[in-house]
Amino acid sequence: MPEQLLYAVEVTLNGLMAGVLYSLVALGFVLIFKASGIFNYAQGVMALFAALTLVGIMNGQVPFAHLINAIFGTEVHHFGWHVPAVLAIVLTMVVMVGFAWVVNHFVLRHLVNQEPIILFMATIGLAYFLEGFGDLMWGSDIKKLEVGLPQGGSFWIEENTQWLGFGNENFYGFFLDRLDLVATVIAAILVIGLVAFSQYTKQGRALRAVADDHQAALSVGISLNFIWVLVWSLAGFVALVAGIMWGAKSGVQFSLSLIALKALPVLMLGGFTSIPGAIVGGLIIGVGEKLFEFSIGPLVGGATENWFAYVLALVFLVFRPQGLFGEKIIERV
Amino acid sequence: MKDNVESYVTEDGRTIGGLLMEMKSITLRFGGVVAIKDISFDIREGEIRAIIGPNGAGKSSMLNVISGFYRPQEGEVWFRGKPRPSMKPYQVARQGIARTFQNIALFEGMTVLDNVMTGRLTHMKAGLASQALWRGAAEREETENREKVEKIIDFLEIQAIRKTPVGRLPYGLKKRVELARALAAEPMLLLLDEPMAGMNVEEKEDMSRFILDVNDEFGTTIALIEHDMGVVMDLSDRVVVMDYGRKIGDGTPDEVRGNQDVIDAYLGVSHD
Repeated sequence: MPEQLLYAVEVTLNGLMAGVLYSLVALGFVLIFKASGIFNYAQGVMALFAALTLVGIMNGQVPFAHLINAIFGTEVHHFGWHVPAVLAIVLTMVVMVGFAWVVNHFVLRHLVNQEPIILFMATIGLAYFLEGFGDLMWGSDIKKLEVGLPQGGSFWIEENTQWLGFGNENFYGFFLDRLDLVATVIAAILVIGLVAFSQYTKQGRALRAVADDHQAALSVGISLNFIWVLVWSLAGFVALVAGIMWGAKSGVQFSLSLIALKALPVLMLGGFTSIPGAIVGGLIIGVGEKLFEFSIGPLVGGATENWFAYVLALVFLVFRPQGLFGEKIIERV
Repeated sequence: MKDNVESYVTEDGRTIGGLLMEMKSITLRFGGVVAIKDISFDIREGEIRAIIGPNGAGKSSMLNVISGFYRPQEGEVWFRGKPRPSMKPYQVARQGIARTFQNIALFEGMTVLDNVMTGRLTHMKAGLASQALWRGAAEREETENREKVEKIIDFLEIQAIRKTPVGRLPYGLKKRVELARALAAEPMLLLLDEPMAGMNVEEKEDMSRFILDVNDEFGTTIALIEHDMGVVMDLSDRVVVMDYGRKIGDGTPDEVRGNQDVIDAYLGVSHD
């Protein structure tokens, strides 16, 4: 195979992997949007908060240490223990469920039947609150997240794909990050799990019912509050998974919350209401921006990854506003 | 009127039991507008009870009070001999009161079968864990519920559209699916908000037949709102007539037909 083509294949594969991470974030948006029509601006910050909490619990950090020290003049920072990763993930999930309950109880419950824009504004407020709260609770320094996920390139794949070069000396096999591979597998499991949940369990059926018609859902005995807490908990879980993946890749820091912005074009491509759409949209954006950078990038001076996704989303907005898998919106006059 | 008897048998042989639901001096206001003014009436077990009246009389509001969507400012709702505390609509539904809506509220994106299955949600007890493992109790429960739902689908003659997304169905069939979903809950009391609105004569006859059959076969108590006087008089055992938020008549169809206030409300009367 010619060298260029091999490179292109490798770029595509890596694009797919990067796309999976975009998909993970987009998935959180879709879950909440489907069930309640709320565009949750705080999804990215939720991922950051989940990752911060996970690291904090694992390292035995004292929450609100700075605040406590400032008020009482103490010098506490750590409990002095380390929590195993699995237990810490479970505990973090408990925190995220608690967060879902708090959001529903103190914010959403009071905004039932409000315009979508009001709810959207509320989630912007929520994002800033959670960002500050996370900082206050766990500190704002960059943290390393080590939950035992493999790092670095996969030698196995490199060795076993070397023959594709057919004796080409410059080709050493495909380079794939093992973390990305794990992320892909986990994302696949997550999506299958979510689809199975929504199709085959009674809570899933209730969730789809609420997504479709609030009034009708109430009339068959579904508690909207319960469903909303459930959905925000699920979104919290997806945020945690995304937080772990991104955190393991590039450290837990504020910029983690900005990945949410990359989820926007993904959603415009996939449609705001489709779980498979979020996945496919993420993959297209991932592959698209890597391939574009690889092929066109050098001609225009590079750094196309920063804007490619948004331009693609813009094109979609013009020609197919409902996205690839979204429901077509027909307004009757 | 047969207000004071414990139970009685109708001309066509159905047994009407004791009081299932009592509305006691209900008043409902929206700001300064009085939608329902001091209305009392009752619904007996096994009967078909109609609420009729001209547009804006407060019929739908009354139904919404019964199903918990509106909370009256004054008055009490009694259910099965006990005063009902203030409840959310989903809690009312779990008590065994199912309803349909005037403007149809179905899950448009879901199939007919899935829609009707949501009616069974209140009867499903299996926890998330056992469902995740998909074994034993959860599976049996799903099968049982599925059987009941299929029976209702057969009963309402909508087998042919079981797998069709509801959004694609014509109006008349949607009404029938909504009835199926309400029936799937095996309610003690079934509330129908204008089940025949917007239907042609043939569809109305079908729907009337279904309502009578439901009452007859399942013994379901039914309270319905309807505009079409002819239909109401044929279907119902007793009728409440409302006008401008007040009750102006209550009794058997014959009694109501002869009531001067009712005639005035429907035909209009000169106010001089």
